[in-house]
Amino acid sequence: MADQPTPFERFIQGILPENPVYRQLLGLCSTLAVTNGLKPALTMAGAVMFVLFSANVIISLIRNLLKPHLRIVVFTLTIAAFVTIVDRFLAAYMYQMSKALGPYIPLIIVNCIIICRCEVCASRQSVLTAAADAVGQSIGFGLALCSIAVVREILGTGMLAGFRVLPASWPSWTIMVLPPGAFLTFGLLLGLVNWIDAVRSRKKL
Amino acid sequence: MEQQQPDRRMRLRSGFKNSNLAQAWLVLLLALVFGSALAAVQVNLGHVIEANKVNETLEKIPELVFGADAARKLKQRQVPIEITPGTIAVEKDGRKAYYKLFRVTRDGTPAGWVIKARGQGYADVIELLIGLDDRAQTITGIFVLEQKETPGLGNNIGTARWRSQFVAKSTDRPLVVVKGGAKRPDAIDAVTGATISSRSVTRIVNRTIEDLRGRLIPAKIEFSERHG
Repeated sequence: MADQPTPFERFIQGILPENPVYRQLLGLCSTLAVTNGLKPALTMAGAVMFVLFSANVIISLIRNLLKPHLRIVVFTLTIAAFVTIVDRFLAAYMYQMSKALGPYIPLIIVNCIIICRCEVCASRQSVLTAAADAVGQSIGFGLALCSIAVVREILGTGMLAGFRVLPASWPSWTIMVLPPGAFLTFGLLLGLVNWIDAVRSRKKL
Repeated sequence: MEQQQPDRRMRLRSGFKNSNLAQAWLVLLLALVFGSALAAVQVNLGHVIEANKVNETLEKIPELVFGADAARKLKQRQVPIEITPGTIAVEKDGRKAYYKLFRVTRDGTPAGWVIKARGQGYADVIELLIGLDDRAQTITGIFVLEQKETPGLGNNIGTARWRSQFVAKSTDRPLVVVKGGAKRPDAIDAVTGATISSRSVTRIVNRTIEDLRGRLIPAKIEFSERHG
């Protein structure tokens, strides 16, 4: 147990060094699906943060009671409960957003980021570490979603979060808000992140 | 098999802690706790969610009949607008169609109708609210309740600007969709790059009007309880 990451290390790792989207390539289904605008991306990031934080804390609290062969059942049960709460909450208080996100909120249940954090961190480490881990990973996920959403929404519609940022004469590249735009943007940004990383590690040597 | 025997006996001896029941106990307890939590959430939020669905329709109705500005003024002046939901069954050419509709009265005098209509769009079913004046002679507005048309192209059928073309159109003749600027009084200009979505909406409007023209008589409608 001695060489396990501290809460602060867990927090920092989630944001950039082990970013769930750019480094671990997890949760890509929702990443590609909800990044056609900044607002849905932020809503998704918030929902994932709530679910991940709650699930991590609960799993960490009961980690000593977990049986190895039943742990996945417990993870899924916990995650599903919190996802359903988020889904109902959005339908009650953010009805239009809930309609726009459609099935992608219920699909957080199968978002690998969360089950991965339960397995890697929450089921082994203290509540504080698990909470810090959840916040770090959620911020990392949120930043990744926003980076893709900003590019797609601006190029696709000339607007950001509903406000016009490019002149009206901008010939909105509609493809950017369609599914191909998600793959294009994500691929290019992933390449960019890798390139920056390569340049930085070369400088260190 | 032989190895399983002593193994099982050991498990029994080590007592409750390692038994199957003890292992499932955590899962069962969690299921119970989460189940109750979700039931509590549903009890508290269920009616809000239902109300959201109903309100989305009800909120739009005044502006579909009176127009957005007039509806806002009526609301400010607190003019009572009654909305009575009902259903009407139409039999035509051997097919039977049911429409949900709302009869709108302003201060007791009939003001118009709002009809819920649906039909196939380009991607999926499109659901519309269609506002008609009291004698069903002109369209007073349309609203897109449900659509899954292509983002950036077809989903522009939901914009207020495109929908406003339908306002004040006569119900005497079916509307036609044209490209590149509508000039005739019965023409609707298609959304750029989404002719099919535009045609779908127009077709739903035309069909609904044809089905209901001359039939919007209170005696033929089954009304349910009143809102507003």
